[in-house]
Amino acid sequence: MAFSSDAVVHHPASLCFRPSLPRNRWNALLTVVVAVFSSIAVLPLVLVLGYVLFKGGSLISAELLTELPPPPGLDGGGIGNAILGTTIVTLVASLIAIPVGVGGGVYLAEYSRSGWFAQFVRFGTNVLSGVPSIICGVFIYGLIVSTRFFFGQSYSAMAGGVALSVLMLPTVIKTTDEALKLVPRELRLGAMGLGASQFVTITRITLPTAFTPIATGVVLGIARAAGETAPLIFTALFSPFWPEGLFNPIATMSVLIFNFAIMPYEAQNALAWAASFVLVLMILLANLFARWVARFTRV
Amino acid sequence: MTSTLTATQTCLSLEDVSIRYWNTEAVRGVHLAVPRHKVTAFIGPSGCGKSTVLRSLNRMNDLIEGCTLSGRVVFDGQDLYAKTVDPVEVRRRIGMVFQKPNPFPKTIYDNIAFGARINGYTGDMDELVERSLRKAALWDETKDKLSESGYALSGGQQQRLCIARTIAIDPEVILMDEPCSALDPISTLKIEEMIHELKNSYTIVIVTHNMQQAVRVSDMTGFFNVNTFSDRDAKVGCLEEFADTQTIFNSPQQKATQDYVSGRFG
Repeated sequence: MAFSSDAVVHHPASLCFRPSLPRNRWNALLTVVVAVFSSIAVLPLVLVLGYVLFKGGSLISAELLTELPPPPGLDGGGIGNAILGTTIVTLVASLIAIPVGVGGGVYLAEYSRSGWFAQFVRFGTNVLSGVPSIICGVFIYGLIVSTRFFFGQSYSAMAGGVALSVLMLPTVIKTTDEALKLVPRELRLGAMGLGASQFVTITRITLPTAFTPIATGVVLGIARAAGETAPLIFTALFSPFWPEGLFNPIATMSVLIFNFAIMPYEAQNALAWAASFVLVLMILLANLFARWVARFTRV
Repeated sequence: MTSTLTATQTCLSLEDVSIRYWNTEAVRGVHLAVPRHKVTAFIGPSGCGKSTVLRSLNRMNDLIEGCTLSGRVVFDGQDLYAKTVDPVEVRRRIGMVFQKPNPFPKTIYDNIAFGARINGYTGDMDELVERSLRKAALWDETKDKLSESGYALSGGQQQRLCIARTIAIDPEVILMDEPCSALDPISTLKIEEMIHELKNSYTIVIVTHNMQQAVRVSDMTGFFNVNTFSDRDAKVGCLEEFADTQTIFNSPQQKATQDYVSGRFG
């Protein structure tokens, strides 16, 4: 303490941390509170995954993935038709939503910049992304199913795909728009300064540069659509058989879960759990795939 | 050289050019003639419109919303702002290098080949890439890594890559908007040496904030200034004086030019 003796100090000038100070107590208390809340926030995720895994995981087998569901009252069988059906319906939805969504996003970000029409489309997209999925289902029901739009067929895989594409569209438009806005303006000017037309600039420079975020958004949109139930109940309906074509009713995993979970038969209930497990796994894989795509760095 | 230039030596000429962004006038009443196969420098304080005038020479201003031009910009006897002119065609003959190096997220090779491909080049691409990189004094540093990303290069090398890719489209004019402002003195020197080489084949117009650079590289210099006109509250850029570089820096006619080049400005 020799060299601090002549320093004039009113308070003990210790720099030590004192836990008893009010500010430090509050800090500790609030840290605990937010930690508890964030644990509560992830609890449903953990519980849902755990419960589905527990109830459905044990039923996983080769037959589950390849066979048809049994008639009521019988045991065994699988959900092969629903897995195939979900794949088909999601594919139809992607084939509609990706070109329209990416094209719309390119228009918003590259062509119209900030005109009133672009503002209107952006606003509309935000509203559409907030529309409850059941409303999309009812809308497609009214537009396609009840009018027998496709070759006189009512419920069909096609109608289900269209309903899901309406749900995917806002995600794809928004991610494309945002991803293109992040491409540095200098790159576009550089291409234009070499005599590239706007078309060449977009297809050869801007879109490839923004590929990763767009692909991520598309995969997340697909993952979301694949798990939707409400829009499919009114459109794709259900079928206990293998898919017969794009214009016939088709089984999907989410509708299978909805139907089988409330049936008074053990075998069907078990299949609903197994389907839940497979669906959660598929969506998880899609999300992991999106993260993997996002990591992939381009030259 | 003297400043008596005949019309045949003029590459680009601006006739009473005024440029406005929406309702704000940026530059007013510019008259100047850029001589062929010479380096013309634009100097002046920030906000005087020299970059705006530069961008008007290959219609890059079209990409800025609300930017309009009055007057005439004549290139090879054609008014660049005539209704029938395609800006894409203009930019193929008048290339541009920007302030910040902006290589494409592609390989070094593809950075050069991109412009040539879209311009329909059908010759030997390897040969073109090598020739362009040699002209930009970048070949020795990059010949072993042509398949690496353009981003793997240093800032100075990236800027030379951008110049090389402009050379590859074989333009008649190269516009450079402060090409060295983001670079260190050694890279700057290399680019200046390159500009000396390039003027044998191309007409170069360069905007610079660095007056020494203007003295080192240019044959002609235009000094832009901001003036207040009686009919406007806002300051408007204008071309104060345009003459050969020796005259501008040693015996300028205008007092403002004298003040600016001798550092007694503002």
